[in-house]
Amino acid sequence: MSEGVSEHGAHVGEAKPLEDHLIKEETTHSPYALPGDAELHEELDKTWSPAKGPFRWFMQIDHHILGKRFIVTAFVWFGLGGILAALMRLQLSRPDNTFLSADQYNQIFTMHGVTMMFLFAVPIMEAVAVYMIPLLCGSRALAFPRLTAYSYYMFLFGGILLYVAFFLNTGPDTGWFTYPPLANPEFAPGKRVDIWAQLVNFTEISAIAVAIELIVTILKQRAPGMSVNRIPLYVWSMLITSFMIVFAMPAVMTSSLYLASDRLVGTHFFNPAEGGDPLLWQHLFWFFGHPEVYIIFIPALGMVSQIVTAFCRRPVFGYTAMVLSQVATGFIGFGLWVHHMFATGIPQLGSSYFTAASMLIAIPSGIQIFCWIATIWMGKPIYKPPFLFVLGFIAIFVLGGLTGVMLASIPLDLQVHDTMFVVAHLHYVLIGGAVFPLFGVLYYWFPKITGRMQNDTAGYVSFALMFIGFNLTFFPMHKLGLIGMTRRIYTYHPETGWGPLNSLASIGAAVLGLGVIVYILNGLISWKKGAIAGANPFDGPTLEWATSSPPPHYNFIHMPVVSGHEPLWHAPEHAPVVTGLSTKDKEVLITRTFDAEPDHRYTYPKPTPWPFLAAVSTGIMFVGTIFTPWAFAIGLPIAAVVVICWFWPTTPEKEGEATEEKSVSEREAVA
Amino acid sequence: MRGIQSALEPAGAQAEQIARLWDVFLITATVVWLLVMLFTIAALLRRRPEIVPNATSPRVRNAVVAATGLTVLTLFALLTASIFTTRGIASVPDRAIQIAVTGKQWWWHVEYDDRDKSKRFTTANELTIPVGVPVTVHLRSADVIHSFWVPSLHGKRDMIPGKPPSTFTFQADKPGVYRGQCAEFCGYQHANMAFWVTALPWPEYARWVEASRQPSRIPSTHTQRKGQEVFMNSPCPLCHTIQGTPANGKTGPDLTHFASRRSIAAGTFPNRRGFLAGWILDAQHMKPGSQMPSITLDQGDLEPLIAYLESLK
Amino acid sequence: MTPQRRAGFSPPIHGRGGLKPALRLALVALVLLSCEREERRFREMPSAAGRRNAERLVSLVPGPVTPDVKVDNPYGYNAYAISEGKRLFTWYNCQGCHANGGGGMGPPLMDERWRYGSDPEQIFATIMEGRPNGMPSFQRKIPEYQAWQLVAYVQSLSGNVPKDAAGGRQDNMQVRKQEQALPDLEPEREPAPVQ
Repeated sequence: MSEGVSEHGAHVGEAKPLEDHLIKEETTHSPYALPGDAELHEELDKTWSPAKGPFRWFMQIDHHILGKRFIVTAFVWFGLGGILAALMRLQLSRPDNTFLSADQYNQIFTMHGVTMMFLFAVPIMEAVAVYMIPLLCGSRALAFPRLTAYSYYMFLFGGILLYVAFFLNTGPDTGWFTYPPLANPEFAPGKRVDIWAQLVNFTEISAIAVAIELIVTILKQRAPGMSVNRIPLYVWSMLITSFMIVFAMPAVMTSSLYLASDRLVGTHFFNPAEGGDPLLWQHLFWFFGHPEVYIIFIPALGMVSQIVTAFCRRPVFGYTAMVLSQVATGFIGFGLWVHHMFATGIPQLGSSYFTAASMLIAIPSGIQIFCWIATIWMGKPIYKPPFLFVLGFIAIFVLGGLTGVMLASIPLDLQVHDTMFVVAHLHYVLIGGAVFPLFGVLYYWFPKITGRMQNDTAGYVSFALMFIGFNLTFFPMHKLGLIGMTRRIYTYHPETGWGPLNSLASIGAAVLGLGVIVYILNGLISWKKGAIAGANPFDGPTLEWATSSPPPHYNFIHMPVVSGHEPLWHAPEHAPVVTGLSTKDKEVLITRTFDAEPDHRYTYPKPTPWPFLAAVSTGIMFVGTIFTPWAFAIGLPIAAVVVICWFWPTTPEKEGEATEEKSVSEREAVA
Repeated sequence: MRGIQSALEPAGAQAEQIARLWDVFLITATVVWLLVMLFTIAALLRRRPEIVPNATSPRVRNAVVAATGLTVLTLFALLTASIFTTRGIASVPDRAIQIAVTGKQWWWHVEYDDRDKSKRFTTANELTIPVGVPVTVHLRSADVIHSFWVPSLHGKRDMIPGKPPSTFTFQADKPGVYRGQCAEFCGYQHANMAFWVTALPWPEYARWVEASRQPSRIPSTHTQRKGQEVFMNSPCPLCHTIQGTPANGKTGPDLTHFASRRSIAAGTFPNRRGFLAGWILDAQHMKPGSQMPSITLDQGDLEPLIAYLESLK
Repeated sequence: MTPQRRAGFSPPIHGRGGLKPALRLALVALVLLSCEREERRFREMPSAAGRRNAERLVSLVPGPVTPDVKVDNPYGYNAYAISEGKRLFTWYNCQGCHANGGGGMGPPLMDERWRYGSDPEQIFATIMEGRPNGMPSFQRKIPEYQAWQLVAYVQSLSGNVPKDAAGGRQDNMQVRKQEQALPDLEPEREPAPVQ
């Protein structure tokens, strides 16, 4: 019956069909529950309750609330970026089309790239992690909750800045990568590129802040017993991604700082006549830009592992190989950037090292694919929409990865660089490799986040439309690139012969768009009207399923003690827990890094408006810097004052103090 | 025009080598993808007597290891093929025709070099090369980054301002007309920055070079003479050069042998009088943002001006 | 038994929809300013480009004194036009006499002394008509809209355009500060009489 969770570690046998676990009322007995939990729940609920009052929207620091805001906001930018893509496809559907002018098209393709790369792809991965990582780690909260709020507001303000500018005809128009000298003040008059430079500040500060929170949470706030060799694969992927963010983002912030400085103050970083170099930009930008795509892709690898585990009813094959492959991908990803610059005339020998590295990185990705196939081979697949999205991922991403190996080869790259072939490749790896797993995992975790189930039929339909539409849109672009169609062109002549494939791609884009709309509508409607979900409707193995759907604000009443990487499949009916955390203060258990032994307790702060005010003051500073360098000189001290108020120390009993190392009791649950 | 801007229809030695490498990569990638899909489908469809949740199977582990090993070997083979081709297409011949191409927003300034300075000449937006003879282009940019690309003949090379000219060599092995296009986003009219490469057998090429070295033809009819007068009195000489006349502007394309070109405005329009008239009177409508201004002419000046320009063969 | 409790959350768009009136007003102002600065008008209809008033070179008039009607430069606030003016300044070899604004054979354009007037239509007239002592007449040699673009650029050399529309540094050797950093110079009110 409903206590099927206990069957999985102990018995060999047929997996239970999932339907048994879809319960309408709460009758699941969590293995980590103890008698007397009801009163504890009352107290904890009060202690961990979100902000109340008229200004509560500005004061929230709860990771569930912020995670949902992050996800919703990122999807708003995704929708806008998708509309921009639709406009582009409309313009290119026929030769010599006059739907968009050259200037409009240039702004639109730049905005599409900037939106998807800076405002959607990285933030959505971080957003899902902000919500899910504490749950997967068995912790009460995400580290540094006020910083999480600050990073959300920075992300929001950056997006608003970009789109307000776009609607005022001031959207950036020199490509998402903004190459000088085209982006230099001589060739890009006005403030369009300055908007880009400041947007980068907003989004990268937001990304780095969340990355730091994730690193600390994953290393120091795991459930007792979750040693490094028991960390779920998605948590590993977010750890690696966060380290990559911390090392890669500063490069683009540096380059955008140099560009903003050139434009505002008259420096010569990218002015060859005065000793600067346009190639400096390319190196700095792509040193960020290549790891950026792995930052987008590696969380998706973790998501695929979660889905494959749950829907093949067995752990992913080759845990160690999977972890090491992700780590290797993260490291090697920093050594590939010059493959974006093969056509610039840099020496052959050096470039060839980057060819080798770019091919090398296919190996760890390949190992992961083989391990997943092995998992499917040895498991029993359940064909729910998340699993279909994973199958779509395998088909699309492997193809994208193979075209990536083609692009790694210098002679081939010299022909197809900056053509539609690259557009095809990047969408295969980003949509296939990141968006499909994202959509699958959002379907999988939707019950946990909202407490309701999504509609399966709509899920199947959206998958089918997306898969077919995607391939119809982007597969022809491989051919288009090979027959000479370059990127970033607002029109083309009928004599080139590119018309039919472009029309096909535009039709495919409509189908893809429809699929995305169905998926999003499924989400929105199910949020209000879906079937109520129980704690573990898909019989998932990891800790997030050990609490209610949606989880209470404090996640877990007692800290679960784990003994494997699929805790809920191994846990006995009454599993050990760690008790003793305060119910009066927001106490979180901090554990040791490698073995996750309980170490000490830390009290987290109450809701506060200071992160919002800090974001407003830094936001005003950055927006002012678009127009005058004095904004930076005046804004920085003001922002400093706000941050000082934020961190103003309070008396010991209140927030922000580590208590002494008290012993925490770890007892077997009373039978 | 199909197939003349295609990497899949090579007409030169270097493009041929790249196309062959492409075939190798394409076949390998197709086989790999099909194998992955095959195993995935097999994994989905296989009959399962029972599942053992935490089982490890030595057979499966060996299969994964073998697949990894095969991946490494395949990548190594592809890497080797790639490096050999890289070296193959980069070989520099002893003698080659030297052409300096400068990318400007949004057209191509072309100068044929020669050790004898008096034999050098300038044209725009078109290259004519002999069949079977290597051509070395020296690439510069006058403003932003452009990229010189003729897919039928070779890969592309970026033209980066502030750097010494970037050189590479290609050759056409078949007579024909090939189209090239700027391949690095360079501003409003990046889409309309194309150029033509005409490959001629050597004798015809030599004749073409001789003709290009001559100054412009003297207008022979009354209308053409009037047109020349209109040209000189209009803004035209401020930007354009016509060898043999006082027009000596350096910022726009050289018009000395304009009538022999296939296209106007860097491959944007065919070189026919209707397009030419539109280009002169309202360039900003035909190629908005380009640096050719819209010129106001008096009534009755357009026809002679076009007649004159059409005489500049 | 683990109690089930739906975690409360604020609806996703609470508090983000309404803008305070002051903010709205600021946005409207921004719209009007920003639209004009970033407009890329590649061609002007002839009537708009040829907008001129008959300007005067002397202040003596018959009958009652009527004030001059100022004609605003259609491009005075447009960043693209100022940048085009900068390009044309080199292309049409204004640098040959005026250097990069500091003057040479011709007078400097970066100071507050304007021999023939600093109003936009006066500068336009100077360019189109030519002036004694060496300023050539560009009438019919350059389209009128390009002359207006040059006027805008010349004005930016003495800081007489808004800073956010003025140009940044050139991709050349540094010959002077970028126009955004040039000081605002109030032109002398009385133009010198024609000699």
